[in-house]
Amino acid sequence: MIKIKNINKSFNGKIVLNKINGEFDKGKTNLIIGSSGTGKSVLLKCIVGLLQPDDGNVFYDLRNFTEADKEVKSEIRREIGMLFQGSALFDSKNVEQNVMFPLEILTKMPQDEKLDRVNFCLKRVGLENVNKKMASEISGGMKKRVGIARAIVNNPNYLFCDEPNSGLDPQTSILIDELILEITHEFNITTIVVTHDMNSVLGIGEKIMFLYKGEKLWEGSNDDITHSGVKELDDFVFINKVMKSLKGK
Amino acid sequence: MKEFGRYVLFLESLVVRRETFITYYRLVMEECVQIGVKSISLFVLVSTFMGAVTTVQTAFNLVTPLVPRFVISQVVREMTVLELAPTIMAIIFAGKIGSSMAGGLGTMRITEQIDALEVMGINSSSYLVLPKIVASMLMYPMLVIFAGVCSMLGGYLVGTLTGIMTPTEYIMGIRSVFNQYTITFALTKSIVFAFLISSISCFKGYFTHGGALEVGIASTEAVTSSVIAVLLADYFLANLLL
Repeated sequence: MIKIKNINKSFNGKIVLNKINGEFDKGKTNLIIGSSGTGKSVLLKCIVGLLQPDDGNVFYDLRNFTEADKEVKSEIRREIGMLFQGSALFDSKNVEQNVMFPLEILTKMPQDEKLDRVNFCLKRVGLENVNKKMASEISGGMKKRVGIARAIVNNPNYLFCDEPNSGLDPQTSILIDELILEITHEFNITTIVVTHDMNSVLGIGEKIMFLYKGEKLWEGSNDDITHSGVKELDDFVFINKVMKSLKGK
Repeated sequence: MKEFGRYVLFLESLVVRRETFITYYRLVMEECVQIGVKSISLFVLVSTFMGAVTTVQTAFNLVTPLVPRFVISQVVREMTVLELAPTIMAIIFAGKIGSSMAGGLGTMRITEQIDALEVMGINSSSYLVLPKIVASMLMYPMLVIFAGVCSMLGGYLVGTLTGIMTPTEYIMGIRSVFNQYTITFALTKSIVFAFLISSISCFKGYFTHGGALEVGIASTEAVTSSVIAVLLADYFLANLLL
């Protein structure tokens, strides 16, 4: 479980996050949603420690990450897997080397075990016979899958996904969403997904936090989202005709 | 001053939270190939022509018959060892390797590859930058030695083939009144220059923000700042060590 307490963050005097509190449950896909520029990615970066919050604390299973020294932070980070918006695969490495990278650096596993683990993870995300392809030779959807495989290869306790559907076609988006959901349940990990994709919200949002202008306005599940009674959330959710008709029903 | 302070903190970050020795060993070897082996052809080309041109121009300026011809190769040797090989090659090195380092790291920054390393609990600056600096400090002195040899060889070829001087005169000039300390001085300079070029270029690349345009700007700044640092260091080292 990840808990955040009173997270504040501003850039050049502009408040981006204002006293954000919340809990992200283990074994669930926790979504942070909101329009562009509401601070979703900034909050995620504060949680994983890529940005230091001005105020507030982040707890990983009661371990205070924000105030921990570099050694402890490093230890906690080794329990984290992250899928980046652009996949962030290493250009100089092929698919197999990319997925194996965390094992090479963080473990002393024998080479054949590492290879088995890599092949297991690649198979788990639906990729086979692409081990030797370079990152530049595979499609966007495949890059996301490789990114997920790399994120889970070291058996993380926490999985973070920053806009996992960006730049993907709707069909591939749903496949990636389902994969994230399955992995979360299968490995019983705490997953946080930042998204503004409504298919993701309705499909995999077991716990949802809605941000609006740097503040948390609503929290609930995908079952509750259509009747939240929060105007800003309704404006966000029921933006197109299909969703409006869904509300009517 | 603020930028200099950031640079010092950046250098400090390279030596904390390091990975295992074997990891660095592999990375340094990879960088040695990139920095050293893949630069040899350019260094051979530039240094050979540099020696050849120095020979021709020195001969052109020696108008009095009272000065013996072997002085030409003596001048080529001194210029090559003291300045052309370590300093001019440093500018070439900054243009080729410095810009490549800044561009590579800048691209890694904007495509979140550096963030990915940080999230894994790896000290990204130490992991990415330290091997580049170590490899530069290992390979650049070797490239300078190589460039020095090629420069004198270029001078020999042009000097003898165009009839400026005989092979005996050239060899005599190369060997006469040779001060071994100039080699020590040149190698000391080359190590300092390699450190400055690689660290400044990596610093510029590592802190790139924005997009492709900013990566280009970072590469340009890396070369400009490195060249200025090399020229300043060249002056101070000459004052200090000669």
